[in-house]
Amino acid sequence: MTAQAIIQSLASGLLMGLLYGLIAVGLALIFGLMDVVNFAHGEFLMIAMYASFFLFAFFAIDPLLSAPLVAAALFVFGAVVYLLIVRFAMRAKANAGMVQIFSTFGLAIVMRGLAQFFFTPDYRSIPQSWLGGKTISVAGIFLPEPQLIGALVSILAFAGLYFFIHRTDFGRALEATREDPGAVALVGIDKNRVFALGWGLGAALVGLAGAIMAVFFYIYPDVGASFALIAYVTVALGGFGSVFGAFAGGIIVGLVEAVTALVLPPSLKSVGIYAVYLLVVFIRPRGLFGSM
Amino acid sequence: MDKNFAARRRRDLIIAAVLAGLAALAPLFIKDVYVQNILILTLMYAALSQSWNILSGYCGQISLGHALYFGIGAYTTELFFTKFGVLPWFGMLGGGVIAALIAMGLGYPFFRLRGHYFVIATIVIAEIGLLLFQNWEWAGAAMGITIPIRGDSWLKFQFLRTKLPYFYFALALCCLAWFVTWWLEDSKWGFWWRAVKDNPEAAESLGVVVFNSKMGAAAVSAFLVAIGGAFYAQFLAYIDPESVMGFQFSLLMALPAVLGGIGTLWGPVLGAAILIPMTELTRSYIGGSGRGVDLIVYGALIVLISLALPQGLVSLFSRTKAKGATR
Repeated sequence: MTAQAIIQSLASGLLMGLLYGLIAVGLALIFGLMDVVNFAHGEFLMIAMYASFFLFAFFAIDPLLSAPLVAAALFVFGAVVYLLIVRFAMRAKANAGMVQIFSTFGLAIVMRGLAQFFFTPDYRSIPQSWLGGKTISVAGIFLPEPQLIGALVSILAFAGLYFFIHRTDFGRALEATREDPGAVALVGIDKNRVFALGWGLGAALVGLAGAIMAVFFYIYPDVGASFALIAYVTVALGGFGSVFGAFAGGIIVGLVEAVTALVLPPSLKSVGIYAVYLLVVFIRPRGLFGSM
Repeated sequence: MDKNFAARRRRDLIIAAVLAGLAALAPLFIKDVYVQNILILTLMYAALSQSWNILSGYCGQISLGHALYFGIGAYTTELFFTKFGVLPWFGMLGGGVIAALIAMGLGYPFFRLRGHYFVIATIVIAEIGLLLFQNWEWAGAAMGITIPIRGDSWLKFQFLRTKLPYFYFALALCCLAWFVTWWLEDSKWGFWWRAVKDNPEAAESLGVVVFNSKMGAAAVSAFLVAIGGAFYAQFLAYIDPESVMGFQFSLLMALPAVLGGIGTLWGPVLGAAILIPMTELTRSYIGGSGRGVDLIVYGALIVLISLALPQGLVSLFSRTKAKGATR
């Protein structure tokens, strides 16, 4: 194994890792805001990929251009999911954790069923996008353009999210609600609006990831499941609720996956991620950047 | 109050005995193999869910990785059977013991994790098990194991001509899981588990050995689930990693309890009695097209019930009963 090959796989791992981070950050945001894990997160990703596919197939809009549209659509979808399901799940007095888990799980199953019903279980792909199949080479390292753009978008999205949380009124309302959902009502902040906004934002971020991934992954009803598990691991690794943790966790997961693929057969590449995750939570049960 | 509790427990036992007796007679009237098949699966999932409920319902440690123990039960039985000719009964017990030991081994690190961290760790560990079995050549890798036919007898636990023996075993397993739950409910452990679920810190301060009681729940739960896995493997006569260790099993074990009532004696039975026939029927009548309508119905039901009845369907009964008692 040459140094070249190792650097090549680390570079690919880094690009993939940034995308993992982008998928995970919405999950982290929602968890940090209201202590809820969205078990339909992978299905959010799946519908974003389909949205991107159909915008391309019917209107010939390149995924690169449709990404903001898909993100906006997912924003609305996320807010609606909060208002129709999660809001009621939060009211449960008995078995609260269980109700949250299974109401979002049930939603995931419905979404998968709907995708199968309307789009059939066939695998789809976007063969001729602007970026598809192109690579650039930097000092002998080949970087596929779609992944590169994906990584750039991830970094921009993280920066944007950071700015949003720390510099805008809505972001401050988000932070305040996270600190004390009861007290914000006294200063006239509607808790439900803030939570709906949080869900919308979380969904928009995973929508962005899905739109970009549609270029270089097959699209089918179950596609979300494997990415969702990686997203949960990423978030738990970084520490639930920490947006920065999701960013760092994503990079770690991407790199670990790349290194594992070098030493183990490809079918075992996720084992490396899971092993590192278990190791981290056993040493730090709150994840790397989790508080408390 | 104590008297009521004792009376309720006696009543539960009588109801269970009557139901088990009626179920045992059912094959006299139900000759249709398709319906028998549904009954067998219903009993099996009731048993699995009852076992899952011990750790996740009573003790409050929500596991979505119980497919691991199910798969271990199935694989231990079949590897011993096909590689060494060991009778499935021994493999079954062996699988139960191995699963219980693994559950306790995992308990050391896992029981330090709280809430969602615990749930995700259980999903991850089952996924690792799945991946390892898919890559383990000696155990058939992703191709799995076809169980050879060695006879048609209780000794070999293989039946070719009729499904009835499988039905009676599933019924016995269901009764066992129910009885173990019933028995533990009123034991020291049962009280500890409920205390740990409600408030671990307070329980600890009152002298409940939180860690040990979680370990006990994990071991009992994993043992019974592995027995279920061994049964399923013999019943299907074919196993592969995805079909005995896939995530759907973890979910299918949890759902009847969620639907019927988590942490209750009757929840898993009631949940399985409704959910499994419904799943099978929707699958064969509207799911056959492969278009996912069964998933839509099924998922929507889970959302609705978990939102509308967070304590499960049994809460419908106990609520009316509680009203009757106060009047």
